[in-house]
Amino acid sequence: MNLLEARNLNKQFGRITALDDVSIGLRRHEILAIVGESGSGKTTLLNTLAGNVAPDSGDVYYDRGQGLAPISALGELGLRRLQRAQWGFIQQDPRRALRMNVTAGGNIGERLMAGGGRHYGNIREVAARWLEAVEIDPSRIDDYPRHFSGGMMQRLQIAATLVTEPELVFMDEPTGGLDVSVQARILDLIRSLVRRLGLAVVLVTHDIGVARLLADRLVVMRRGQIVESGLTDQVLDDPHHEYTQLLVSSVLPA
Amino acid sequence: MSDILVQATRLSKTFTLHLQAGTQLDVLRDTSLTVRAGSCVALAGPSGTGKSTLLRSLYGNYLVDEGEILIRHNGRMIDLTTAAPAEIIEIRRATLGYVSQFLRAIPRVTALDVVATALTDRGADLAAARKTAAAMLERLGIGPSLHGLPPATFSGGEQQRVNLARAFVCDWPIMLVDEPTASLDNANRDIVIELMREAKARGSALIGIFHDVFVREAIADEVLALVPVSNTRAAGDATRKTEELA
Repeated sequence: MNLLEARNLNKQFGRITALDDVSIGLRRHEILAIVGESGSGKTTLLNTLAGNVAPDSGDVYYDRGQGLAPISALGELGLRRLQRAQWGFIQQDPRRALRMNVTAGGNIGERLMAGGGRHYGNIREVAARWLEAVEIDPSRIDDYPRHFSGGMMQRLQIAATLVTEPELVFMDEPTGGLDVSVQARILDLIRSLVRRLGLAVVLVTHDIGVARLLADRLVVMRRGQIVESGLTDQVLDDPHHEYTQLLVSSVLPA
Repeated sequence: MSDILVQATRLSKTFTLHLQAGTQLDVLRDTSLTVRAGSCVALAGPSGTGKSTLLRSLYGNYLVDEGEILIRHNGRMIDLTTAAPAEIIEIRRATLGYVSQFLRAIPRVTALDVVATALTDRGADLAAARKTAAAMLERLGIGPSLHGLPPATFSGGEQQRVNLARAFVCDWPIMLVDEPTASLDNANRDIVIELMREAKARGSALIGIFHDVFVREAIADEVLALVPVSNTRAAGDATRKTEELA
């Protein structure tokens, strides 16, 4: 039983084929990684699954408790509601998701209020708890994210995304622009929070180590097509497709 | 028949190396294996005969090209070669344990929690799991002063023992073990033999690669001797070979 499903997605940007008949399924509590080089279509696929990009043909289906239904039938408002209440999206660059002139606590609280939270004291308390969960000192609740390091900003984005308790979270290179030492901390945080909250995740990454650490299942994209998919360790340890073999063998051993 | 926990039939596996001009390596050909509860089968044979390939295939880590791999999971025989990824994950969580030679360290997770997680993943309460985990680490000579540290900084031998503790802390119905005593001293080697005997006594089925003959003789009830399949073929030879065989 899939929670999210894409059926025969196609998307063309001018003469470039970003998605070429892509079908994919995701179960509840499952973590799926999409890997591939730049231009392979992995980010377009993520954005299409998340309802941010409309496919030229094909559709994305989601189960809101009454079976799979196409998200295109929800209308703009219904889609927004779904994105706000049941989904989360973690961007590579936290500056695109956070409001720099709003405090850390405010960035978290806003999401709660958008979801119907009204009691100021409660909201502040929940925000403080979430700061702690992402290892930001709660005493910084009234500080502005522009004074945070890149890693802290990313952790704040994670808190602001998870505070509404989504059941599905999309992640676009969540450790992309960060130092290696900072990456490890973010990855460990994501790993433990995702497990604890039982989230379903679609994760785009070009880093095979990230996919191995986080994902149950893996799809490999190239030129808009899925060329290989399966259990993460199976695809990485016994890659069949020529491109996957190249991808796996191009990684420098740590 | 109901005490058969693993039944692999006529497995074949060929690797195609696309980056080496499509060279094909035949590693397994018609390999079969049956393992019963409370017994241990050792995979033997010179290197390159597919011992590790077979072991990894039995875990679903490698995909075989032909044959079936039946695994007894919750009382039913399930074919690993056709099981869905979610099903394989569940089989690995509850039934099928794998001890590799090397620990894949996870940043920031302590040695104690590396081991305890194996138990909490199977439903144990964290506090109880940590207690059991601590006892198993100590049994393998990893003292309390190391429990709170992430194993990434440990020596190779210590990491291996953390890995063994993680594997043996659970009562796996089926255990796949790849050189469990490779870099251990004799005292620790004997402890691992003890742990494997205890697992067998509980009714687990063990399949292992043991280069150390002493260990193999101490634990194995049966030896499956693998032989080289033949060869390496350059691309293009494959069809001719098949025709010759036909």
